[in-house]
Amino acid sequence: MSSADRSAQNSAATIATPAIHAEQLCRHYRMGETLIRAVDGVTLSVKAGEFVALLGSSGSGKSSVLNLIAGLDRPTSGSVIVQQRDLAQLTREELARYRLHTVGMVFQSFNLIASMTLAENVELPMRFAEVERGQRDSLAREALTRVGLQRRMNHRPSELSGGEQQRAALARALINQPQLLLADEPTGNLDSHTGTEIMNMVREFNQQLGMTVVMVTHERALAERYAQRLIFLADGKLVGDESNSAVNAGADQAGVGGGRP
Amino acid sequence: MKLPDLAELAVRNLRESLLRNSLTTIGISVGVASLVAMLSLGIGLQQLASRRLMKSGLFDTVLVTSRRDLRNFGREEERGGPAPAESRILDEPTRIEIEHLPNVLEAYPDIRFITELRYEDKPHLTTIAALPSSAKSNDAFETVQGQFFSSDVAPEAILQKTFAEELLGRTPKPGVDETNVAELAAPLLGKELTMRYAQREAAQSAPSATAHDNAAAPGAESLADAAYSVVSRELKLKIVGVADLDPESMRGPTRARVFLPLKLAESLHVMQPTDLREISRAATDQPVYSSVSVRVNDPNQVRKVEDTIKKMGFNTFSILDASRSIQQFFKVLYAFLGIFGSLALVVASIGIVNTLVMAILERRREIGIMKAIGASDGDVKRLFFAEAGAMGLLGGVVGVALGWTIGQAINLGTNVYLKSQSFPPEHFWSVPWWLVAFAILFSFGVSLISGLYPAGRAARLDPVQALRYE
Repeated sequence: MSSADRSAQNSAATIATPAIHAEQLCRHYRMGETLIRAVDGVTLSVKAGEFVALLGSSGSGKSSVLNLIAGLDRPTSGSVIVQQRDLAQLTREELARYRLHTVGMVFQSFNLIASMTLAENVELPMRFAEVERGQRDSLAREALTRVGLQRRMNHRPSELSGGEQQRAALARALINQPQLLLADEPTGNLDSHTGTEIMNMVREFNQQLGMTVVMVTHERALAERYAQRLIFLADGKLVGDESNSAVNAGADQAGVGGGRP
Repeated sequence: MKLPDLAELAVRNLRESLLRNSLTTIGISVGVASLVAMLSLGIGLQQLASRRLMKSGLFDTVLVTSRRDLRNFGREEERGGPAPAESRILDEPTRIEIEHLPNVLEAYPDIRFITELRYEDKPHLTTIAALPSSAKSNDAFETVQGQFFSSDVAPEAILQKTFAEELLGRTPKPGVDETNVAELAAPLLGKELTMRYAQREAAQSAPSATAHDNAAAPGAESLADAAYSVVSRELKLKIVGVADLDPESMRGPTRARVFLPLKLAESLHVMQPTDLREISRAATDQPVYSSVSVRVNDPNQVRKVEDTIKKMGFNTFSILDASRSIQQFFKVLYAFLGIFGSLALVVASIGIVNTLVMAILERRREIGIMKAIGASDGDVKRLFFAEAGAMGLLGGVVGVALGWTIGQAINLGTNVYLKSQSFPPEHFWSVPWWLVAFAILFSFGVSLISGLYPAGRAARLDPVQALRYE
């Protein structure tokens, strides 16, 4: 989407119904005397089913934007509308339900709970969603099989490689069938080979399940390989928004091949 | 999150830092144990006291006196009713009437007189009282050295221990009340006492047929009947038992130094102090009693029976009021024991707060993760709450077991000591079911309260901060 398109959508946000729409989004906080503008007036829209990369150096505010979209944080001003709900207006309880059912998250440091086995980690969001116990077991097994970890279900995260942990984290992110997958530097702790493996999976979810993906990364090459659109942030401000023609063209080919390279 | 999931996660989390949580739980257990120990000691002591008092025959006994009796036991409030001179007298028909009241086990006259007893040709002046055969089950006579009367008319006597000492020519040492009753009884049992007493004999002219009429219509009696003679008699009594009684602490029939069987005492027609006052009736064979002891089948019925007898026109006295103040004393004792017992639990609950606050610091990231994947504030709060509750519940159960064990040990130790001092064993310790339930629930409740602050803190944790923290 070009910036011209974006300004057109500002006035008609509800008609086009983008999956995510942020309007003049600000997140400021105080650190002692100084005011830090982590996010400073960002306006952006993400279409349903789109794969978007948020790029920027560290401290550019890309993770802060992701946390605001994830409902983990609240904007100081402005709004984030996800599927016609303004996250700024939700109660804490409603935000928790939004995170539970609408959003799946993966992190650079995997963030699996160390004291639980993979199956239990994957099952955890279903406990919060109060899914029946019998159903939980089979769904967790299914999700772990999908990411190729059916033999590792009863292992603890510390017994697994980074790639395996991130695959388990992906399985967990998808377990409640969210429409939104938010990934914060998902390959940051992985070697390039396992990183590719993970990214292929993310792309698969995007293409086969139609999930909207927002990925934060500082690796431009990675973003260019997978994302349909690249959004650049610097000092909390949006500094660039370009369509990735290479991926958009290749998406058709990839679609034929079933998303696997 | 559903309750089974919550419980499962809580237990799993507790197992993760096993040492710390075990120590905290042990802390709670010790607190609960001290609470249980204190309260069950209090309950045990109360049961012991009430058991003893019940057996003493004081709490189920109403003492009935005629309003004519000027040595009134009565209190101010009993001033109503007929004037003393017109009120009923306490004779045999009245005694039978009282005995047939509902809830009354028996009504027996208090026969008591002062007379001379000779033992080995030495005279001893003492108070003699009659005992009904039901006194056998009375605690005071249960531990009698020797035995109880062989029958209600047997010429036998039971001595109170100080009188036994007197007979043996021993002087009780003041301050030392560890009299060995068995040692006193040995030389006395089976020996003979000679009792000299004054017997009242009706004058020959007194027609016994009119006696009852006279009793029913006071004032109509003829002065011609008012005569009796007093004859000096002697009776040989066999000493069958020595009772370990403290005459000063007792009231009612046990306040005497020598006891005779009731029917025997009745048949002697010993001159009673009331005889002079009731001279007109005393001339007959129908005895008039100075007081009648009424035994009630249930201490809770005492007041009812008392009221009925009062309505019949007699004065009554029971020790219920005293028992009420004893109950009050035990309530205060419970409160004190409970407070001291709870103190340990308060300390333990601070331990819970500490453990959970530590756990929050340690599990900051985990809390952040749970929130990121959809846990609500409530979920996190309930999880920590459940952990506190689980520690409390477990600590409560272990604590009750521990308290019970401590109690048994103390009981055992005390009884070994009592045995070595040749006292019968006692049950000082009682852990009723309600105390078990109360202690566990209390521990659970205290733990939940302790969990309030940590759980609230965990719930408020900012997930962004928590996840950033590495």
